[in-house]
Amino acid sequence: MSGEQERPTETTPNRSGDVLREIVGGNIMISVLAIALALVVGAILIAFTNADVQAVAAGTSSRPGGLPQAIWDAISGAYGALFKGSIYNFDQPDFASGIRPLTETLKFATPLIAAGLGVAVGFRSGLFNIGGRGQMLAAAAAAGYVGFAWPLPAGIHLIVAVLAGLLAGAIWGGLVGLLKATTGAHEVIVTIMLNYVAFYLLSYLLSTPGLLQGPGSTNPKTPAMLPTAVFPELLGPDYNLHAGFLVVVAATVAVWYLINRSNLGFQFRAVGENPNAARVAGIDVKRTYVYVMLISGGLVGLAGVAQVLGSITTGFSAGIDAGIGFDAITVALLGRSRPVGVFVAGILFGALKAGGYSMQAAQGVPVDIVLVVQSMIVLFIAAPPLVRAIFRLPVPTGQRIWPTRKPRSVVTK
Amino acid sequence: MRIASSGRVLGGIALIATGALVLAGCTTSGTKSAFLPCMVSDAGGFDDHSFNELGYDGLVQASDQLGVTPKKVQSDTENDYAPNIDTLVAQKCDLIITVGFNLSSATLKAAKANPGIDFAIIDDAADANFDGKPDLKNVKPILFNTAEGAFLAGYTAASYSKSGKVATWGGMNFPTVTIFMDGFKQGIDYYNKQKNASVKLLGYNGDPKTATFTGGFEANNVAKSTASNFIDQGADVLLPVGGPIYQSALAAIKDSGENVALIGVDADLFNTDPTTRDVLLTSILKGIKSATADVVTSAAKGDYSNDPYIGTLANDGVGMAPFHNFQSKVSPDLQGELDVIKAGIIDGSIKVKSYLA
Repeated sequence: MSGEQERPTETTPNRSGDVLREIVGGNIMISVLAIALALVVGAILIAFTNADVQAVAAGTSSRPGGLPQAIWDAISGAYGALFKGSIYNFDQPDFASGIRPLTETLKFATPLIAAGLGVAVGFRSGLFNIGGRGQMLAAAAAAGYVGFAWPLPAGIHLIVAVLAGLLAGAIWGGLVGLLKATTGAHEVIVTIMLNYVAFYLLSYLLSTPGLLQGPGSTNPKTPAMLPTAVFPELLGPDYNLHAGFLVVVAATVAVWYLINRSNLGFQFRAVGENPNAARVAGIDVKRTYVYVMLISGGLVGLAGVAQVLGSITTGFSAGIDAGIGFDAITVALLGRSRPVGVFVAGILFGALKAGGYSMQAAQGVPVDIVLVVQSMIVLFIAAPPLVRAIFRLPVPTGQRIWPTRKPRSVVTK
Repeated sequence: MRIASSGRVLGGIALIATGALVLAGCTTSGTKSAFLPCMVSDAGGFDDHSFNELGYDGLVQASDQLGVTPKKVQSDTENDYAPNIDTLVAQKCDLIITVGFNLSSATLKAAKANPGIDFAIIDDAADANFDGKPDLKNVKPILFNTAEGAFLAGYTAASYSKSGKVATWGGMNFPTVTIFMDGFKQGIDYYNKQKNASVKLLGYNGDPKTATFTGGFEANNVAKSTASNFIDQGADVLLPVGGPIYQSALAAIKDSGENVALIGVDADLFNTDPTTRDVLLTSILKGIKSATADVVTSAAKGDYSNDPYIGTLANDGVGMAPFHNFQSKVSPDLQGELDVIKAGIIDGSIKVKSYLA
């Protein structure tokens, strides 16, 4: 048994490192084509699920143009609504209200970018942070508690609340790094389990009077944030875009500097490329794991902070993470774990989120279609050979394809 | 210009005027052709066999009569409430109905930002400042004084009970839940006074704080053991209030093998869940469907106000279902007595207390 336990810790970093290099090393073209393919699959599903198309195909209804026209109407209507709901709504009389969807997109993108950056930092260092949900909930609880329970002067209050959230997220993530460094526990297992711990801990706090539960209420929900703790609205009360977006822009720049320019970031990348080589080169791998997870958790925590102090300031319950912790993995993959890539991918997913609501409202398209499109993007990103095969792209030089690599990796083990 | 004959000019003006009229006709019919009612569900979704679904049925029924196509958006989590309402605002809905008190704060916020759009909210007083009136001119609360229906059910339960013990419990301590228990208790008390009986109610003594709750709206083991406990204590009529927790009570009744009757809430369980037919004494009805349809229809006629719609026995917004299979098991005089009580509640001679009245 003891021999069995030793081996995975030796081999796992290498294998996940291979997968990571494959994902991170994909080029922009693959990402763009993956999105295009996912939209095509989404279009097929929209056509199939559309009631008009079904009626025309079954012959119970006839309309000018027949089946092709019905299919075209369904798809163009749905993607038109997606555009109108996420970028610019031409149905509005003036520019100020027409541009509102774009601000909604940026609002939804804010936590996605923050959490995506956190996951990306982990990816670059060879760690899969699946614990976004737990880190967001820990951060939301801390920031939210400071936000509604500590009356502080304007300005200071917001800063203290944000810092409390970042700290809680960093601790929740750092715990994972610490466990991995000291005991060799795999971060995927630990982060997933800590998701449950955070969820049920928060549920307990929310249903216990005197802790997070709103006074005089029996609902498992916090009171509203105090106005001094809320991110100011960037474009006035008609828009929901809040200053959290600026914080996220700053975080993107900071992560770019950290990864590409700083000594610590170099160590992160070295450990991500090959922990054994990094150790030989004199890098303290275990300490690096702790730092990576602290920073990763803090960035994911920023997403939780943006949720409670920006998007939903009227009080929150245990569902405040809204799946962002998991969407962030997709965002990091699509952004190829590069800060700027994550930023762009986060905005794309924000647009899908914002547009998904109007697809549902305007065209009756099930909101699940948007989820399918997102999932298909991940599927295609994770399988570059598939995308290359579909579009007959050449295999880039310097990049080995799977069949030649597989035997070699077996030999090295 | 000067050369042009007056006839031509007139003709041109006529043509332009006609064009303008046609255009005007187009634009009016384009933007205001039809009344557009819309609905946002809470996280339960439109297929919950309960108030989301009943509300949507009402919306569809009214829309069909009006010949319009309603829009609906479903919330999967609480984070969707505000964006969903915003989206319907962008869709230029004329009336937005939100389902459930969970959407209260999001609804009030959107209504404040969009004074030109009418809102209605089911099962919430739209009263965040607790002054007893709806906060905004454009939010209409749709409420149900189910205590009146529960009063009849309490009287029925007391009349039916052979052990002299009946029980009620709720999912969680919400006013929309405890109002059933409140009316139920008053109905039993009324029976005891009229008949000099001493039927006992378990699970609720008039104070919601000490009432029995299962802690959620799931049909789980807690809900089942709660029901089993009351059966063990000798209760032979059960009123579980809170969505699907009646299913756990049904399982507990079947397990016990004893002759225990069940009372349903919201819809007539005899129709919505045929598995209850053998043990179902009656159901306390909440007319969400007809209330929603009423609000949509009157708003379409331009007859909208923020006065709360309160479903009562008088307007058939609440009621009690027939006995169905239990017709032969209840006292033959019972229906007559209930008709008298119902008339008494409607004319005010019998007072039913609740947070709505």
